[in-house]
Amino acid sequence: MSKPIAVNGDTAIAMAWKQINPDVVAAYPITPQTIIVEAYSDYVADGLVDTEYICAESEHSALSICVGSSAAGARVATATASAGLAFMWEMLYVSASMRTPIVMAVANRTLSGPINIHCDHSDAMGARDSGWLQIFGENVQEAYDNTLMAFRIAENMKVRLPIMTCLDGFIITHALERFEPLEDEKAKAFVGPYQPVRPLLDVKSPTTYGPIAMPEYYYEIKYQLVTAMANAMDVARQVMAEYGELTGRRYDLVEGYRTEDAEYLMVAMGSTAGTVRFVVDQLRAEGKKVGAVKVRLFRPFPTEDLVALLRGKKAVAVLDRAMSPGTGAPLYMDVVEAASQIGSPPRISNYIYGLGGRDIMPEQLSSVFGEIIEGRGERVNYLGVRK
Amino acid sequence: MNLRELTHTEERLCEGHRLCAGCAEPIIARQVLMATDKPVVVANATGCFEVSTTIYPFTAWNVPWIHTAFENAPATISGVEAAYNSLKRQGKLEGEIKFVAFGGDGATYDIGLQSLSGAIERGHDFLYVCFNNEAYMNTGIQRSGATQKGASTTTCPAGSCIPGKREFPKDLTRIIIAHDIPYAAQASPHNWKDLIEKSRKGIETHGPAFINVVSPCPRGWRHDSSQTIAISKLAVETCVWPLYEYENGEWRLTGESLRIAEGSKEKRPVSEWLSSQGRFKHLTKGKFTSVADEIQANVDKKWGELLKLSKM
Repeated sequence: MSKPIAVNGDTAIAMAWKQINPDVVAAYPITPQTIIVEAYSDYVADGLVDTEYICAESEHSALSICVGSSAAGARVATATASAGLAFMWEMLYVSASMRTPIVMAVANRTLSGPINIHCDHSDAMGARDSGWLQIFGENVQEAYDNTLMAFRIAENMKVRLPIMTCLDGFIITHALERFEPLEDEKAKAFVGPYQPVRPLLDVKSPTTYGPIAMPEYYYEIKYQLVTAMANAMDVARQVMAEYGELTGRRYDLVEGYRTEDAEYLMVAMGSTAGTVRFVVDQLRAEGKKVGAVKVRLFRPFPTEDLVALLRGKKAVAVLDRAMSPGTGAPLYMDVVEAASQIGSPPRISNYIYGLGGRDIMPEQLSSVFGEIIEGRGERVNYLGVRK
Repeated sequence: MNLRELTHTEERLCEGHRLCAGCAEPIIARQVLMATDKPVVVANATGCFEVSTTIYPFTAWNVPWIHTAFENAPATISGVEAAYNSLKRQGKLEGEIKFVAFGGDGATYDIGLQSLSGAIERGHDFLYVCFNNEAYMNTGIQRSGATQKGASTTTCPAGSCIPGKREFPKDLTRIIIAHDIPYAAQASPHNWKDLIEKSRKGIETHGPAFINVVSPCPRGWRHDSSQTIAISKLAVETCVWPLYEYENGEWRLTGESLRIAEGSKEKRPVSEWLSSQGRFKHLTKGKFTSVADEIQANVDKKWGELLKLSKM
């Protein structure tokens, strides 16, 4: 049996990588991701992994190195955050279209300016249309579990897309929590050996990677991402089911909590999902019919799963730890789109919260429930901001 | 090495690409890739050479080839080389493979300089070849950090007040040498023997190697497409583009540049170089002729420095 230990989220990710032993890791340090690359460097320095570890001179180069390695036929991991992810932006699209199944931990941190090192989801939201899969964890255990599952989902032959394993900066990356890693052998067996597809290093059958596609071909190549994303939904479900059998920790693309007889729901991603459940329990004790929804898989977006949870509800608050100045935030938009498939959809409002690491307190979430129960509140609300 | 042998080497960049007639880039690339019979993987920065050799669903490449973006061919080839090292170390791959990256001067002098510097500092085992045609030709002849002073481009045009580019080009080869790189060189496609020998050294060097190759562009330099090789030769004979190499800390002139330094060959005036190309035509007469003198003075200064470095 595996033993529970206490580590922070970054270390848990490094431990998962160590068990998986990727052929190449290339990264550039950025707070709050640094503990991952520091811990992994220790494993490399002590000869505990076979990984070729490349200290890139920038995040742009880090991801470029990863793309080169993945195209060459290697299993590849990296990690970044915030401005680092923004600096990779060009290469996000290239890596997705090139179908390089890179696994990248994103220690969610806001974007400058003003410069701020604390948590929100602005970095990952900026990448939502790139063709990367995105999976969010709520705590250290999930950061670890998502990482093991991420390799399986990304590398599946029906998917072959890069994936971001997102964990809230500082809240998960730096918080010490009890968690249960798998035994090394179990983790290795679950992830399995890497299967390259048309590797560059196969010099006997040369492949051209990254040609120019003119208007006659570009659209079809991009459309393949749509197919791969659709496949990823089923693959993620299967991988989570298999992981549940192995560990007893049963995950889903979207997870409802006390939703069955609920009339009011609150949707969240990342660490706040736990706070929402805490508040739901408090309000349930007061007899209020409330429930929580946690979105684990953000890309592809599990629309059908959301529809099943939203159907018949009176009102829904969607918590976004990111903003889209001028309109609603990304998670809200996706939930509204899902709800549009329901005949008489619930009233859905958007609550932007926690930007730049601003704490979110249970009382604030209670009052959000109060607002939606009473039918108050704007379409898009900015929780806790001094206007 | 003789021409007869070279005619029997494998064609790694094949016919059917869509580069302009008279473009020096495929001439240079074929010479570089003739320099080894070992398997190679090629990385390419965005640019004329990339877009013209791989128009999907076609490819002119008979070796594994990768392009990811403009500024990162050195990082991309670093990744390929890292994968090779890892898989070899783990016994998952057999045989020796060499790594070559190509980029234009925009990709090398400007937007990709950080990526190149990083890859050299990390010591990856690869040869980087810069096709220096002294401007952003793929986007339509815009000024780069490699553009010669006085050259007219679409973003530093020669007007009635301003005589084309106002600055001298940066000396990238010396910037690269300042990394204490094991091997670096300047070459020209007209001297195929010199270029192939340098490429062989670069490919066989353990660690990073860099070759900066002058690459005339008939469209951008405004010369007839039949004059590419003649003009690349003139670049060397005027000392605008000296041939030299830097190996294990030693600077050495080669080819015509060595003969000029030894006094067995004439150093031709820069005016011959300027008058061979339409991009300099405003310097040959009228109010901007003093710029031509400044270019000559700068070429003489840089040549003098190179003679000292080469202990000539």
